[in-house]
This record gives sequence, structure tokens and C-alpha cells, in this order.
Amino acid sequence: MEYFIQQLINGITLGGMYALIALGYTMVYGVIQLINFAHGEFFAAGGYVGAIALGYFSGIGYMETHPVICLTASFAMAMAYCAYLAVGVEKIAYKPLRKESRLAALLSALGMSIFLSNGLMLTQGVYDKIYPSELFQGRFDFGMVTISYLQIMIVSLTACLLVGLNLLVFKTKIGMAMRATAQDKTMSALVAIGSNRIISLTFAIGAGLACAAGIMYGLYYGSVRYDMGFVPGIKAFAAAVLGGIGNITGAMLGGLIIGMVEIFGAGYISGEYKDVFAFIILIGVLYFKPNGIMGENIDDTRV
Amino acid sequence: MSIQPILELKDVHSGYGSIKALKGISLKVMPGEIVAIIGANGAGKSTTLMTICGIIKAEKGEIYYAGQLINKVSAEKLPTMGLCQVPEGRRIFPRLTVMENLRLGAFHRDDIDQIMKDIQHSYEMFPILGERKKQQGGTLSGGEQQMLAIARALMTKPKVLLLDEPSLGLAPIIVQQIFDIIAQINKEEGVTILLVEQNANLALHAASRGYVVETGEITLEDEADVLLSNPKIREAYLGE
Repeated sequence: MEYFIQQLINGITLGGMYALIALGYTMVYGVIQLINFAHGEFFAAGGYVGAIALGYFSGIGYMETHPVICLTASFAMAMAYCAYLAVGVEKIAYKPLRKESRLAALLSALGMSIFLSNGLMLTQGVYDKIYPSELFQGRFDFGMVTISYLQIMIVSLTACLLVGLNLLVFKTKIGMAMRATAQDKTMSALVAIGSNRIISLTFAIGAGLACAAGIMYGLYYGSVRYDMGFVPGIKAFAAAVLGGIGNITGAMLGGLIIGMVEIFGAGYISGEYKDVFAFIILIGVLYFKPNGIMGENIDDTRV
Repeated sequence: MSIQPILELKDVHSGYGSIKALKGISLKVMPGEIVAIIGANGAGKSTTLMTICGIIKAEKGEIYYAGQLINKVSAEKLPTMGLCQVPEGRRIFPRLTVMENLRLGAFHRDDIDQIMKDIQHSYEMFPILGERKKQQGGTLSGGEQQMLAIARALMTKPKVLLLDEPSLGLAPIIVQQIFDIIAQINKEEGVTILLVEQNANLALHAASRGYVVETGEITLEDEADVLLSNPKIREAYLGE
């Protein structure tokens, strides 16, 4: 039983990160019907900027004295960087192809992914970049079950981001405009909503969330690597498809499920197959229920 | 000094890729008028409205709104200048509530108190929308959607309203209701209206002047009464 609870906690931690990445896939798909295969690179870029910023604070000794400020500043800087990066990527690689076939933009996304990943390798090197380890050393022990402070931080920050995104999308005027743009761009223009602005905003938000997940990933596993965006990116894509691509609640749910399945699969079946479970789900969903859990109609666009 | 037209098209050409849908449309709409464009399916009526609204770019010719050349103005800017369209098929945002659809009509406006008053005003004008304000737009009936589309357009505070086939697919009793409202908007709110209709009889009774479009060109223009009694029109568009 303790083992089960422990796995559950680990699953929530990992699933939350997948959920954050999955949101970017699903929101971008909702607005421009593109699977942004470069999305995982924002996760990796976030992991690096986070490592650099935290490493700097750690080096000058601020981390011991002002941990909260350091952490907040690192997240803010990295998220802003990734948001701008994503807006730039959209302008350069996707916007010129918006009137072409969807395949063109998809290939452009694949190219962008390789470009960004290699860019990261050339500038940061091929070796693991280590996260400063003095943060969140403590943990709670409940018999056999342990919850580290870090896990608590990750889960609560993830929850805040998810709630914040929901409020933004479903309670604000700009969120309303995002949903409207996803549903009908021509009509949106007829009520004065500029779709370019909304598309940029969608990319920025999606990348910001992926970036936050990247820093959490770095903190959780202790290091980042230039190619770290690939596998979690594809798993998060599986999560978005599982939830119903284009559906925000679905992406959150899908992320949690994929995280859980991975952790429980690794815990109860075999650790060596941990990457396989997400893809079994992806294939299963595409085969049996291509619309996903929350998806309505495959042709219908939505956010 | 004569009154300037609020909307004027001079020899406007446009189309979809290599297909030329408009081959030189010229028309004028004076402030406060209701003007009808009638014509068969595919004649270019909707394309005319979409070109005015900047959704389709005019390849040639000039479009003036309130004395200003608007060919190059982006589509999303025009509603802020008072030029708004209720497109064919109403295009309600299906997964937004009635209330949200109305709120987005006022997307460019910041006067939140006045916006709330205007939404209330929409509910007074169309009580059914008030009853369904929390419902998703896609769940409304055709007539209700048309009312919502008109109410949403009014939220932009238009000076000129372009209406594309407001009668399409609606029961006759609802059509009558919609046309009463159109007349009311024109009279009470002083909104100039350019109306596109396949139902020529209906349109020409509502309008003061009319244009007949055939294969992308204006073939006839006159007072609505004159068009209504024109034997050719009666034969071609009124089914006699």
C-alpha cells in the first residue's frame, strides 16, 4: 500500500509536468490546427535558461539567503525568454505558411525542432547541465512514503499554473477571444479580433508553460540535456491526443494519466519499459478513439 | 453641397485565386439608407460584402467608407471604425455562450459599464437571448442564432451594417420578425444597412434602393419600387 501511494505521488509530479507541456500542443492546435513538433524544444530551452539562472544565483551565494526570490526570478526570466522564442518561431517558420497546406507547416515544425535542438547543443554543449542542488533538500516521511519539498513545490506550482490558465482562457476577455479565434477566424476578424495577435499569444503561453515544466524537470532530475525536449515532448503530445487534441481540460487530464501510467508501469511491470507505456496509449487512442477522451468532433476546431 | 455616400465602391474586382468573382462592382450607399443587393446564388453578393470587409482583398478598384479609402485597411480594424457585417450562415461562435458572443461584439471597446448596458439592451430587444444567455451559441435555433448575430454586430456600435442573407433557412414567421428588427435598427438607431438577399421580394420591400448582381457585375440599379415592378426582375427573381 505504501508503495502504491508513493508511486501515486511520483505519478502526479511527473503527470503535472506532462500536462504543462501538453497544453502548448493542444492550444496551438486549437488555434491554427498545427501539431507544433518544435514544442518540446521550448521545454528544453526552459530547462537550460533555468539552469543558467539558478546556477548564477547559486554561484553568487544568493540561493542560500533568498531562495524564493531566486526561484521566482529564474522562472520569470526563463518563461519570458521561451515566450519570445516561441513567438519568433511562429513568425519565421509557421506564419508564412499559414495559407499553404497543413503538411508544409508540419514539416517546418519538424525542421524547427531539429534547428532549435542543435542550436542548444552548439551553444551549451552535449553534456548534462547540472542543476544547483541546495534547493528543497528537505522531505516529509510518513512511514515508507516520502514526499520531498521539491515535489510539493512542483505540484503546487503546476496546480497554480493550470488554474491560472483556466481562469485566463475561460474568464477573461482575451481568453474569450482565443476561443473565438479557434472556432472561427473570419468571424473573429469581423468583430475586430486580430488573429495574428491571438496566435502569438497562444504560442507565448504554451511555451511559457512548457518552459516552467522544463525547469521543474531539471530540478526534479538534477540535470538537463540539449535533447531532453524530444521524449517528454512526444509523451506530452500523446497526452494531448489522449485528452482530445484542442481541448484544454483534456490535455491536463491526459498529462496526468500519461504520467501515472508511466510511473505505475515502471513500478509494477518493468522500469526498462517506462517510455513504452505512453506510446502504447498513443497507439491505442489513435486506434480506438481518435477523438480522445474529451474530444467531440475531429474536424471541429476548439480551444 | 450634396450629401456624401457613407459607403462607395468604384469598379471593384476581387476573387478567389484565379476565379474572378467580382468584375467591376460600383455602388453607393447614402447615410441612413437601406440598400438591397439581389441576385442568384453565386452571383457575387457575399463576395461583395466580404471584399468591403477586407476579408477578401480587392484586386482593383476603390472602396470608400465615410470618405476614407479602406482597400488596405485590415479586416479587424474596420469594425472599430463602425463598419460591421453579419455574415451568411450567422457564424455564431458555437462553443461560446450567448453572453460571451455578445461580449466579443464589443471586443475593441473598453467602456465596460456601457458594454453591460448594451448587453442588457440586446436582451430587451431579443428577450429570447436573455433567457438563453448562459447557453452555448451552437445550441440555439436558426432564428435565435440570427438574432444573436445581429445583436452581436450591434455591440460593435456600427454606423453601417452589412447583412448577408438574414432570411436564409428560417421559417417565414421568423423571417418577418428579423426584417421588422432590421427596419427598427435602421429607424431607431440610425444604422445604415446594406442588405444581401436571394429573397428579392423581401429585400426590395425593406430597402429604398436596390442593385441587381449577375455573375460579378451590377446589371441594374434603381429605386426598390421600380425594381419590384420591373417585369424582368419579376420573372427572374420573384418567380412569376
